Amino acid sequence: MNLKPSGDNLFKTLTTILAASAAIILLITAYTLLTGSLPAIQRFGIYFFTGTQWNPVVGREIFGALPYLLGTLVTSGIALIIGVPISLGIATFLVEMAPKTFRVPISYLVELLAAVPSVIYGLWGLFVMRFWVIDYIEDPLSSLLGWFPTFSGTPFGLDVLTAGLILAIMIIPTVSSVSREVIQAVPDSIREGAYSIGATRWEVIRHWVLSYGRSGIFGAVILGLGRAVGETMAVTMVIGNAIGPSAVPTSLFKPSQTMSSLIANGFLEATPASLELPAYMGVGLILLLLGLIINVIAHVMVSRVLKIKGGAVE
Amino acid sequence: MNKNLIIIIAVVLIGIISVSAYVALSPPSSPTGESVTLNGAGATFPYPLLESMMNEYKQVKSNVLINYQAIGSGGGISALQGKTVDFAGSDAPLGAADRAEAPNTLHIPETIGAVTVPYNLPGVSTGLHLTSQTIADIFQGKITKWNDPAIQDVNPEIMLPDHDIVVAHRSDGSGTTFIFTGYLSKVSTSWEQEIGQGKTVAWPVGLGGNGNTGVAGIIQGTKYSIGYVELAYALENDMTVAGIQNPSGNWIAPSLATTTAAVESKASQGLPTGDASWENVDVLNAPGEQAYPIVSFTYLLVYKELNVVPGMTETKATALIQFLWWVIHDGQQFGPALEYAPLPSNVVQLNEASIQSITFNGQTLSTS
Amino acid sequence: MDNYVYRKFKNNLFFVLCFLCVIIAIIPLLSIIFEVVVRGAPQLSLQFLTQPPSEGGIGPAIQGTLILIGLTSLIGIPVGIMSGVYLAEYGNNKFATWMRTFNDLLTEFPSIVVGITVFTVVVLSIGSFSAIAGALALSIMLIPIVARTTEESLKLIPNTLREASLALGVHKWRTTVSVILPAAKSGLITGTLLAVARIAGETAPLIMTILGNQHFFLGFTQPMDALPLRIWRSALQPSAAVQAQGWGGALVLVLIVLSLNIGVRLASQGRLRR
Repeated sequence: MNLKPSGDNLFKTLTTILAASAAIILLITAYTLLTGSLPAIQRFGIYFFTGTQWNPVVGREIFGALPYLLGTLVTSGIALIIGVPISLGIATFLVEMAPKTFRVPISYLVELLAAVPSVIYGLWGLFVMRFWVIDYIEDPLSSLLGWFPTFSGTPFGLDVLTAGLILAIMIIPTVSSVSREVIQAVPDSIREGAYSIGATRWEVIRHWVLSYGRSGIFGAVILGLGRAVGETMAVTMVIGNAIGPSAVPTSLFKPSQTMSSLIANGFLEATPASLELPAYMGVGLILLLLGLIINVIAHVMVSRVLKIKGGAVE
Repeated sequence: MNKNLIIIIAVVLIGIISVSAYVALSPPSSPTGESVTLNGAGATFPYPLLESMMNEYKQVKSNVLINYQAIGSGGGISALQGKTVDFAGSDAPLGAADRAEAPNTLHIPETIGAVTVPYNLPGVSTGLHLTSQTIADIFQGKITKWNDPAIQDVNPEIMLPDHDIVVAHRSDGSGTTFIFTGYLSKVSTSWEQEIGQGKTVAWPVGLGGNGNTGVAGIIQGTKYSIGYVELAYALENDMTVAGIQNPSGNWIAPSLATTTAAVESKASQGLPTGDASWENVDVLNAPGEQAYPIVSFTYLLVYKELNVVPGMTETKATALIQFLWWVIHDGQQFGPALEYAPLPSNVVQLNEASIQSITFNGQTLSTS
Repeated sequence: MDNYVYRKFKNNLFFVLCFLCVIIAIIPLLSIIFEVVVRGAPQLSLQFLTQPPSEGGIGPAIQGTLILIGLTSLIGIPVGIMSGVYLAEYGNNKFATWMRTFNDLLTEFPSIVVGITVFTVVVLSIGSFSAIAGALALSIMLIPIVARTTEESLKLIPNTLREASLALGVHKWRTTVSVILPAAKSGLITGTLLAVARIAGETAPLIMTILGNQHFFLGFTQPMDALPLRIWRSALQPSAAVQAQGWGGALVLVLIVLSLNIGVRLASQGRLRR
């Protein structure tokens, strides 16, 4: 008899529909952003993506999202440059070097970094870290290298560098935990082979383990990039909130703006009458696309290496 | 069952129970009558006064709860247009395009305030003088150092440092910016041509802060900075403000007296009715001897026909009208303590007519 | 021999460097906790925790966060768990693979974009900033995380359990509900509570959905306050007294979030050591 019990059918249908919720939400979001931003994109065309002016004054309206795209990329870039080596160091330490008793407490403390809400990172960054950065990093750099464009300008602590540093701290838990899994997945035979020819611990790690896990680590890095790109509150509180051409991050010490901080600061004021609201939606759209692309790439790379197969138990 | 699991479940249950208890035990205190909630959003400019007024109003009508969130004039106007609030606050009157999106809106000036130019100069605790052109040039990035001759010349007794000026401005859509850039447009042709007046403008230089409070925060936290902030905020936070040269040539510091002088000399006649356009109304560069040059009305904006707002009921509409009536009469007494100038009598009469013209489903409502 | 000494030196050097990386990562954590406690603790008093802002407290913000946690859990947890059940128990086909991918993408959504969407779809249509809009925005962020942890927890349950149950004649859906889900109970609870703790601290989706309120809860379609929002707004005030309130709120939020985190992990470790 091929009769399927209807209880089963009902349950399966129910769970199927609910599982589709992610897709539905994604579609609604994409649709909302696309239709919402259309007026601005139609009006400004390619300028919206390549221009730097941002003027909501009625009659002089012009919106270009480039500075904020650059702001997002630069702050995320700084986050990677600083955060990835630290994360790799942590991952290496935990897998290869730490005595067993320390592994759990240390990894636990690092994961706790991920539990701190973003707005509290921002609070801390605004009132505490900002002054450390000014005193120990920006002032020395400015006096030594102030002639170099990247370090030009009088530093005030609310700038691209501070934002990048906070992002670096925030991506450490993600990048280090995925790297850790990748390094752990490297077969012991590789290590043993290397030890057997007399390599030191560090040489084994550097020349064998890390290169074996290279693509997985790259995937972890991309994941960290995705997280940095989507981060909002902590960045908004320390980036200095510049608008327009002066927001283009030409120097580490310049106040700037990321796509998400722009929206967080300005969305509520965008008057529905003008092109301002569509402009913000457009920035949101660019942000969404950037995040999606990065995360798809990361997803592909990490799952390939860790051989995570999506599949049911049946 | 695992002991730890039990603990977790117990914690969760306690959490849920305490939340429900918290919700149940903190109702809006309304011993008399049904409670009414009114939601408003908008300008940070008048927020200190509105906060004081809202607290006092609880003694008058304890069942009316007014929630006003200071998210900036731009936020208020768009919330009004989106009809997501019952009333809005804005320092900037509605421009033509905004009025088209919010037809039949009444402008009700509820108070008058001043925009000050505070600064943070180590060692200079009072008395910095600035001409109007200098201010415009600083904010336009044309004057970049504190010891620039334009500044030093009018401040002979002060040793100005050879340091970059850090400009602070609003990063959100702001009526305070609207007033300030209106002033700059009036006093500097290059500002008017290149940047203009608006709730948000393309600032050529500087750090952005959210709200009057954000800008004040930047100035207080950053040496050698200068910005623009509403008077109440500057006073509440003991900020050092510049004395500005007014059209009569005097160096005027912002205060209740100089604000009132400005209003008296410029706004005692010629104002439009509540439902007309207020686009061209300003109290900038008022002619009086002791008039402070950067003064403005700040407006409460409501729809003339309140039934267009979803969720509005006759009770709520009446409560709103009565609150507005109180604001322009008894509420005014709370202004001077916060250095907001009280409305002159001609403006009060204007507002009375506006408020009395508000209808709900065609009916006018009682103002007391 | 020289070469060997050099290599050994490099080896030890990099051991030290990696250890330094760990220290560098932990310093911010310790500093944050320190600052939050030192700056926030003086604020804590019964009045601060239960009174509205007009009396100098952040009661409405705390209440708002608790309500948001409750509402979001109510909406998000069932949907998330059912999603995860589908992916784990029925998800061997192309459709499920796609859903899994969408789910993973959704976990990494920029939170501000979620706020924009909910603003457009919910706030504008209801006509008011509201608690329900905030809860929906947070649910959107909660659902994919819960779905993923559910799927992982369920996949850990050995197939033999399912087969045994089916062999006894129990329907598939009953098997899932009465046998598999209870078996995965601890993983589910851990994952869900951790996800809720993470969502409780989110601010960006709340900016454009709940607006904020000086009063206690007034209704699901009314604006509401919440701790993360209040902290953000307080931080921007130049008045030291208000900033201190922000730190007090931060301490409360950190206590809620970290204790959920630590409590859950401690409990799950206890289970493992059994």
